[in-house]
Parts: sequence; C-alpha cells; structure tokens
Amino acid sequence: MTMNQSHEIETSSGHRGLDLAEPLIFELDGPGRCGVDLPEPGPINNRLGGLERQAPIGLPGLSEPQVVRHFVRLSRNNFAIDAGLYPLGSCTMKHNPRLNEKLARLPGFADLHPMQPIETVQGALELIDTLAAWLLALTGMSAVAMSPAAGAHGELCGLMCIRAALEAKGDAREVVLVPSSAHGTNPATAAICGYRIEQLPADDRGRVDLSALREKLGPHVAAIMLTNPSTCGLFENEIIEIAQAVHDAGAYFYCDGANFNALVGKVRPGDLGIDCMHLNLHKTFSTPHGGGGPGSGPVVLAATLAPFAPLPMVQRSGDGLMLVEQKSAARGTAASFGRLKGFHGQMGMFVRALAFILSHGADGLRQVSEDAVLNANYVVARLQDLLSLSFPGPCMHEALFDDRFLKDTGVSTLDFAKAMIDEGFHPMTMYFPLVVSGAILIEPTESESKDSLDQFIASMRHLAERAQRGDADYFTSAPHLAPFRRLNETQAARHPVLRWQGELQAAAE
Amino acid sequence: MRYLPHTPADRQAMLAAIGVDRIDDLFIDVPRQALLPEALDLPNHAGEMAVEQSLAAMAGRNLPAGAAACFLGAGAYRHHVPAAVDHLIQRSEFLTAYTPYQPEVSQGTLQYLFEFQTQVALLTGMEVANASMYDGASACAEAVLMAHRVTKRNKAVLCGGLHPHYADATATVTQFIEFDLDTRPAKPSVAEDLCALIDEDTACVVVQTPDLFGRLHDLRPVAAAAHAKGALLVAVVTEFVSLGAVSSPGEMGADIVVGEGQSIGNALNFGGPYLGLFATRQKFVRQMPGRVCGETVDADGRRGYVLTLSTREQHIRREKATSNICTNSGLCCLAFCIHLSLLGEVGLRRLAQLNHGRAVQLADQLAALDGVDVLNDSFFNEFTLRLPRPAAGIVAALVGRGVLAGVPVSRLYPDDPELANLLLVAATETNSDEDVAVFINALREVLS
Repeated sequence: MTMNQSHEIETSSGHRGLDLAEPLIFELDGPGRCGVDLPEPGPINNRLGGLERQAPIGLPGLSEPQVVRHFVRLSRNNFAIDAGLYPLGSCTMKHNPRLNEKLARLPGFADLHPMQPIETVQGALELIDTLAAWLLALTGMSAVAMSPAAGAHGELCGLMCIRAALEAKGDAREVVLVPSSAHGTNPATAAICGYRIEQLPADDRGRVDLSALREKLGPHVAAIMLTNPSTCGLFENEIIEIAQAVHDAGAYFYCDGANFNALVGKVRPGDLGIDCMHLNLHKTFSTPHGGGGPGSGPVVLAATLAPFAPLPMVQRSGDGLMLVEQKSAARGTAASFGRLKGFHGQMGMFVRALAFILSHGADGLRQVSEDAVLNANYVVARLQDLLSLSFPGPCMHEALFDDRFLKDTGVSTLDFAKAMIDEGFHPMTMYFPLVVSGAILIEPTESESKDSLDQFIASMRHLAERAQRGDADYFTSAPHLAPFRRLNETQAARHPVLRWQGELQAAAE
Repeated sequence: MRYLPHTPADRQAMLAAIGVDRIDDLFIDVPRQALLPEALDLPNHAGEMAVEQSLAAMAGRNLPAGAAACFLGAGAYRHHVPAAVDHLIQRSEFLTAYTPYQPEVSQGTLQYLFEFQTQVALLTGMEVANASMYDGASACAEAVLMAHRVTKRNKAVLCGGLHPHYADATATVTQFIEFDLDTRPAKPSVAEDLCALIDEDTACVVVQTPDLFGRLHDLRPVAAAAHAKGALLVAVVTEFVSLGAVSSPGEMGADIVVGEGQSIGNALNFGGPYLGLFATRQKFVRQMPGRVCGETVDADGRRGYVLTLSTREQHIRREKATSNICTNSGLCCLAFCIHLSLLGEVGLRRLAQLNHGRAVQLADQLAALDGVDVLNDSFFNEFTLRLPRPAAGIVAALVGRGVLAGVPVSRLYPDDPELANLLLVAATETNSDEDVAVFINALREVLS
C-alpha cells in the first residue's frame, strides 16, 4: 500500500490502529467522578476568613484508569530519545540513564523539605558539594554557583556576577558583545542586566573576527558572551587571544557552556581564560529534557567573580556542611548579587547529574567528548559530498550544513526536516544559527552507535538525492506518516486559542 | 562503559572514514596548551551497583520528611502524590523528549501543555496561562517585569507577607534596571495598608495569599486601589491546593497570578525542581513571558497544538524578548496536570478541605498549650505560632523527638529579633492524628 492510500482509509472510531485519537481531558469529564480516594472530611469551623470559594473551578472528573489511558495515549504521539536518534543541534539529546531516575527518587533525596534543619540534610549538602567539586575539576574554575535553574538562568547568574563585579569597581559599563551566531538567550539576558547589545560579526571561517572584536572593545564594554564550541559546531581557535583582548579592555569573558559536551574531560574552560560559564546539566550531564525542562544551569566562576555569586551556597563548617542563605562578611558572601530563585537549586537534577558523572568517571567523560566529536565528524564525512557544509572541518560535537544543496529544488530546510520525520528520525535543529541560510544543525551525541549513524546518514542521502531529483511535492507535503500532518502555525499565532473554552468554543466552530 | 556504544574497532573505522589517524586530529582547533593529554586524576568509571551504593549512602545521611511527623511549609508542601503520576511522567515519550519544536511528532507534550494551561487558568480564575516558569519565586520576578512593560512605570510595592525568596528574586532581576521596589516589612501581627502606597508611578502591587504567615487576604480592596491608579495587581500563591477552598485571585481582581505548583504532583526534592505558574488576562498575553501552547489544525484539518506567540521570545526577539527564559519545567507541568486530572473538581475540593481541617485541628491544639499563641485570624493549611523562646532552638530540640515542627521565621529573617520566636507550621492530608499527637506532646515537653 502506498502512503497516499493509507491516508485515505477512514475508520469509524477515528483511531488508526495503534494511533489512538484522544480528546482533551476536559472532554472526558464525568461530573462527580474522581481518580483519588480521600477520606470524608469531618466537620470544622472554618478559618478561611470569609474567602471560601463560591464558584465551581471547572475541573473534569475522571477515574484513575481513564486518566492513565489518556496520558498513555498522548505519550504515543511524541518522538523521544529512547525511541530513536534525536539529532537536535546544540540541545545534546543523549541517552538518559534510568539509574539516575531511580536514585533521584530515593526518599533521602526526593522527600527532603528544603527548610529542614541543616543537621537533617547533611547528605544532601554532601551531594551538592561533591557535584560542585566535579564541575570545578572538569572546568578548571575557582567557584560554582549551583542554584540557577536552567541554561538561560545560568546566563543571568553569570552576567549578574559580572555587573556586580564591575559596579564594585565603580565601573558598570554599558555594552555586552554577542556574536551573531549566539543563542537568543544571550542578548535577552544581557538586556535584563541593563546592557546594550552590540553584535560581533563572524569571519569567513565561522569564527569570531578577532580584529573586529578588538575594534569593538573599549572602556564601555562590560563583557563578551561567547559560545564555545560555537553554535556553528566550531571551536574558537583564537580563544586565548580573544580572552586576552577582552581582559586587556577591562571586560569579562562569559562563555555559554551549552556545547560543553564537546569538551568535557578534554578541555578545561579555565585554561582558556574564561571568567564564567554555565553548564546545562540537562545537556552534557544527561538529566532528562522532559519535553522542555526542568533543567539546571550551575555557573562556574573565576576567582575574580566568585565573591559576587548568588545565594544560597554550600560551605564547609567544622566537621559538617552548612548552607549560607544570607549575605555575611564572615562567610564571604557580603558582595553576593542576591538570590535567583526559591530555595537551593535543582536538587533532583543534581542527583541525576552526579550519577551520570560517577558512572562515567574521568576516563568515561573524556570518552564522551571524544565519541561525540567523532560521531559529528563521521556524519560530516559521509554527507559533505551531497549536502552543503557551511564551514570546513573538523567540527566539534555538531555539524552545520545550510540550504545551498536545496537551491532551485523547491524544497526548504523545513520541508527537508519534515521528510526526516517520515524516515523515523527527529529532525535536526533548523534555521539556527542565523548566520547561514536555512541552517541544518546536527548533533548526534556520543549515545549513537555506528549502525544508528549509518541509518541516519542513509536517510539523509536518500532525501538529498530525492530533493535534487525534483520531487518537491513529496517534501512540501511532508510529513506523511507522522501522527499529525503539518500544523498550521500561522493560524495559531493570528488567532491565539491558549486554553480549552468548552461549550463556547464548540458553538463558535 | 555501558552508555557508550562504540567498540575500539568502530572508532578506528570511523576515523578512517573521516580520513584522520587519531581522535586528537579532530581537536586541532583547540590550542595545544589547553588540550588535556590524558584523563583527569579523578575516579574512573563505575558500575551501576557501585554508583547506587555511593549515592544511597549520601541519601542515608538525610532524614526524609516522611520518616518524621513533618509540619514544614513556607512555600514547599508535602502532599500525597498518586503512584500513577510518577509512573506516567517516566514514560520514555514524555521523559526523553525535547521542547516540542516539531509539533507533528510532539503532540503528546503539546496537548498536555494545553491542558495544563487550561487547568492553571481555571484554578487562578484568569483567562490564560503560560507553559510554566522555573519556580514560584522566579515567576514572581517575571510578573513584576511584565507589569513594568505593560504600564511603563518604574515601581512595585511588595507586601510584607510575600515569601522573602520571592521578594529577593524580584530584587535580583530589577537591580540593574531603572526600577524601584517598595518591599514592606514582615509584620505578622499588623494589618498593612497597601492601598495607601500605590501611586501614579506604581507598575504593580504584589500580594501573596495565603501569605508567608498563612494569612488569607481579600484582594478586592487592593485590586480596586491599584486599578484606580492604573497599576496592576500581582497575586502570589505558594500553595495551590488552597485554591480548592478559597476564592481565586482572578475572582478578586488580580491582573497577573503567579505561584508555586510543586504542591500538586511534585515531590519536595529539597527545593527543586519546582514549577513556576504564570497566568494573566487575555489582553496582556503578548507581554507574557515564557512558552505558550496554542490550538490549531493540521493539514488534514485535525485539531492539534503548537508552541505559539513566539515573537515574544528570545529565539526570535533576542534582546527585545519579554524574558530570557527558554527551558521551563515541562515534566513538573505534566506531574501537576496528571495529579490534578486524577483529583478533578471533587478531589481537589476535598483535598483542600482535608488540609484545612487538619490545620484547624492542629492550630486549636497548639493554641491550648501554655505559652503558645496562634497569630492568625485566617489561614488555609499553614499558620504562625508565637513561642515563648526562639523557634530555631525549639525546632532543633523537636527533631530528636521525631518531629519536623515547622520553619522558624528566623531562618528566613535572621536579623529581625521581633520574629525570632515565630514558627510557621503547615499541616496537610499526609499528617495523621498520631503525627498531631506526637507534635503536641513533644512541644509540651520541650516547653516545660
């Protein structure tokens, strides 16, 4: 049967074999039903101060089997790393070990209240301290702020440290330099810190143009934010000269560590002249992405920035560990820029990351970056004759192609990505970075075997050849075999419907 | 190494296909002096059993809240989470997916986000909600920044009952822009008049209810006062179970509602990861931070969902974005969504009643002890005690008697001697009659 015929078959149920149509939870409502058995509340004199809820909330009632079936059915519409190769560039979709999930759920970690007396949580502080020590050793830096909740939150932490350090010298400055290839979070973060953003151009090798950087540097520049390896998958080979120039201008060097998977165990950012860098534990250290979080973004700091780190922080105190939650001259936290979030950081993510680190050890982590870089270069080697590689290699842990190979085919990067879905792969990162046309950014990670890469490469080659043969319709109507056809994103943005609106909505349609 | 698929032969074959001899030939762009010649001098890889033993030993050096009679709250609450929640969030398809950038193969994530947004909007009494923030404190900071954008004004009034972590996180993100915070002092025995503090420069007034001390607030007067001056009311809720029993902030006139969603579906986790909730009125949606999921149709006309309104976001707008947030709390949203689906209308209202009932019972018994006062006129499941001595010492003494008695206010405000004797005590459905008896008897002993 061809794919077109399979699409034309209609079923009476709306289900299509294992692809089960599922309404919204609100449409499954059985008033009075409940999926949790709770005891009957006794009579009380309520103390709600006259603020008792009067109106119904509007939540649907379902039994447990209905709820389980609902979410299992939904889950089957998702692609996931556990199911297949997920080569999203700069996202580091690596295997998420289940040991880490098991350990994060030990009651000794999961069932700890953040405000328990410190003597009852010494093991938790030890875990944070042990992870911190590994992160410092792997990066060659002086201090680490553990509390940021994600990469962008880590960027905010780093830039706040820099601004606080400059203000302490009476020299806040005005400008942060950001390369054109940077993640959008970099300029957005600098703006929250009150900085104006100036873009740094790339040279024709996809690297920061050192002479242009030198021209832009001056007493008004607070910092440069540089991703290394860059979002083009390239190591900034003049990074030591960049750091020198930045420091000569009295500015700080922020490194976006989103791509640390290329370096772990192999290169220490502290040896490159970097002043601070966030680490995405949900990338390099395998904590699950969970459909968009939670993440964790500890920030490693040079000694010059360490006094400005956010609170709280774990410190040694006699035989034990303590949590410094307030500014204190005695504890060296008087200059801290403050608090970023509630409580102490993403503890559940710390447990998973430390389990990953201890499982790999020093030798395994080095092998991680070597295999990640090997895999990306293997993809380049096997594809560069058919696809258009943006910059000559070797690359680091991800490979950047652009859409020149699709020129005059009528197929866009988007169409090509959607066709990858039909081939059974999650698409690569597309249209990012912005420095090349129709970017195709492929990050296989160290988790992929050679066989898996060979299958992926075969599909990529097949599709490239098919596009170049002039089969545009196949691509522009892709995906054909996914649970859903292409979604209308324009309609969603023009007429935003952001919640279920019940009968009203049904009537309007 | 169990997680790495390549054999030495694979690596050799791949290097050959690439056309290099050694792996370091691929690292030629790294300055030689910075390329580590060998693995760091740290422990090498370890088997699953060894790692498990090592981390279990650390876990063993903690006292799990469930191993004591636990009455801790102050922004994190211990509730029973049905087994189905943790099972479902660990399905590979949810756990190991990325942000749903490719909607054709991400409808599972997108549909639950749409359901989650609807649940948050219903609970808060608002029109729209986003797909979550990091936690309640960071959501509060984002709400103040949003009010600054909407009103183009440069001042916020923070009520004295706002959790200090929320006030601090807000102070952090506003410290380097032109923006002033009028953070009111924490005075649990005094009613504060926020209305008088709102003027033509006020972007928003931030009120927490139940507040840090457990007091419930009627937001209508402050909403009216804020709106009369063109300011917004930001309501903060750190215990979302309360919304099963009390009027929603939306019904009382809030313009933005933020809060902590941990207490539905999520474990205590020593403070994270948690779930920042953010809801507002439809007219402000384009100033809202964070990811948003919206309904649309696919090419066959079938209803589906996508991330939308991305022109607000950093990957499009860069330095002009409404926030720098990218990753949020996806899996914590899912846990919240599943737990709330299991509870439903009937279950949430009953859960809230049980919490309130347990807290009333506990408050009455504590108030009957000599030297112990309950300061609250109103509360949901948490209230403030005044003890005859500093609360921190009493809490420490109670640990040895199997009671995690509550959060001493001095842990949050160490420099205010007026607050030293105050203790925040929370009760939930997880507390048994026996827990209450153990607490009462232990406290009586310690105080005698």
